[in-house]
Amino acid sequence: MLLAFDTATPAITAAVHDGTAVRAESTQVDARRHGELLLPTVDEVLREAGVKLDAVTGIVVGVGPGPYTGLRVGLVTAAAFGDALGVPVYGVCTLDGIAYAAGQADDLDGPFVVATDARRKEVYWARYGDPRTRITDPAVDRPADIADEVAGLPAVGAGAALYPEVFTGVRPQAPVHQSAAALAALASERLARGEEFLPALPLYLRRPDAQVPAGYKLVMPK
Amino acid sequence: MGGSPIVLGIESSCDETGAGLVRDGRLLGHAVASSMDEHARYGGVVPEIASRAHVHAMGPVVRAALADAGLGLDDIGAVAVTTGPGLSGALHVGLAAAKSYAYTLGVPLYGVHHLAGHVAADTLEHGPLPDPCMVLIVSGGHTSLLLVRDLARDPIAHLGDTLDDAAGECFDKAARLLGLPYPGGPAIDRAARAGDPRAIAFPRPLSGPGDQRYAFSFSGLKTAVARHAQARGGAIEVGDAAASLQEAVADVLTAKAVAACREYGVRTLVVVGGVAANSRVRALAAERCAAAGIELRVPPPRLCTDNGAMIAAVGDLLVRSGAPAAPLDVSVDPSAPLEYAALHPVPARRAAVG
Repeated sequence: MLLAFDTATPAITAAVHDGTAVRAESTQVDARRHGELLLPTVDEVLREAGVKLDAVTGIVVGVGPGPYTGLRVGLVTAAAFGDALGVPVYGVCTLDGIAYAAGQADDLDGPFVVATDARRKEVYWARYGDPRTRITDPAVDRPADIADEVAGLPAVGAGAALYPEVFTGVRPQAPVHQSAAALAALASERLARGEEFLPALPLYLRRPDAQVPAGYKLVMPK
Repeated sequence: MGGSPIVLGIESSCDETGAGLVRDGRLLGHAVASSMDEHARYGGVVPEIASRAHVHAMGPVVRAALADAGLGLDDIGAVAVTTGPGLSGALHVGLAAAKSYAYTLGVPLYGVHHLAGHVAADTLEHGPLPDPCMVLIVSGGHTSLLLVRDLARDPIAHLGDTLDDAAGECFDKAARLLGLPYPGGPAIDRAARAGDPRAIAFPRPLSGPGDQRYAFSFSGLKTAVARHAQARGGAIEVGDAAASLQEAVADVLTAKAVAACREYGVRTLVVVGGVAANSRVRALAAERCAAAGIELRVPPPRLCTDNGAMIAAVGDLLVRSGAPAAPLDVSVDPSAPLEYAALHPVPARRAAVG
């Protein structure tokens, strides 16, 4: 019994998956309230699925890339759940979940690109050979700088929708944000195939903005 | 297990990740990790670096606190966490961990005001606080004079605050001007040992008859140090400057705290926060309290700086006073004023932010 959640996109999304099917899912979109809403959302899906905490055998968490404060909420929550329940925490690239959901919602059979909003006029993105197969490492870039790499490819996610001049193949029927149900289903497939997961650590892709001061300036009236 | 529950306290408002376990006013164990070394090259705390460090430290710190106490997660009967004030991204890490432990263990969660934690730190060393008592909080982020009654139940009267820099911030900035390392407080304390506190007549801000009696201001002192350094060119006597600055800070802090005790008829002064570890602040407070017949209480340095035990101490008081637990959607308030020890912000309900 997997409990999955992801806070790396504007969605606060959680799901319960029993290894065969999704038992419950809840998704709200509010980019500023991950810290408030994740636990109530987790509580809601567990209740709806009729699953008690001691039946949970693994935590699935989207590790990003995503805006930092929200992203950390999901990963810290996953780590504490794993610790307290004594179950493993399976890290999955957030973009992989969106790609998998796109494959379910849309018949994408060839290569495509997933992009989410990285703010600061940048996107987090990766290319996929099919909905289960990522072929590039997730990256953060200005859309104009990757135009040649994504031109003409079917494109999925809020980052693609934000920059249609670059992501010319935006698929309107594909999901925009993350769905924990898709993330859980993908993780369940990977578990069945015995595949490796990512460590449950945030994928920031950027260093913190901080400048080492060159020297302390003496500024005062004469 | 009978009696009061064991409270796990979690603190992550700045650069220290802390976890502590308290029951019935007794400290059972605690652990603190600090990202201070990662900030030193920037001359101050970088919020994003602090937040990232909290993610890595949180689980190990909780485990280390439990090991220190000889307890397991199953022994925890309540969880308390700093919900503000502090760095937003940093606070969210602690809150997410605290919510998760409370939820998975099936125990109540309490949001705690960080400054109330500093107040309660002293109870872990010296027992319950008398009602009323005067509390001087001095740290890198705060300089506040508080009139405290029943910490768990009554509102806290905020008599005064710094109008600009906190005392510890003044030490950090002055240390940089004097070529001393970050954090400035301990560096100035060390340098001052070789200096003469009467060498330089630094000002005593807001100590005039017309000034706000219990407000503080330290940015001018920093400027005075800068002027002194500039006037002397390279030939500055660091020990004298450090000792004279420390004397000015200690003088203002303790004079106002003792005056407040006198005005409000309070017999106990508690000095807490990182700057309470400063040797001159401690010595001058002891001298002036003794002269005024006031009992001085200062927690040991390990409880003066940010830690989880002090948050657990407030949680323990709240539990025993029957205070309501926080809802599962409680958030953080990075600039929360100190009104009560319990702090349960739910800001998004007031305004839906797009």
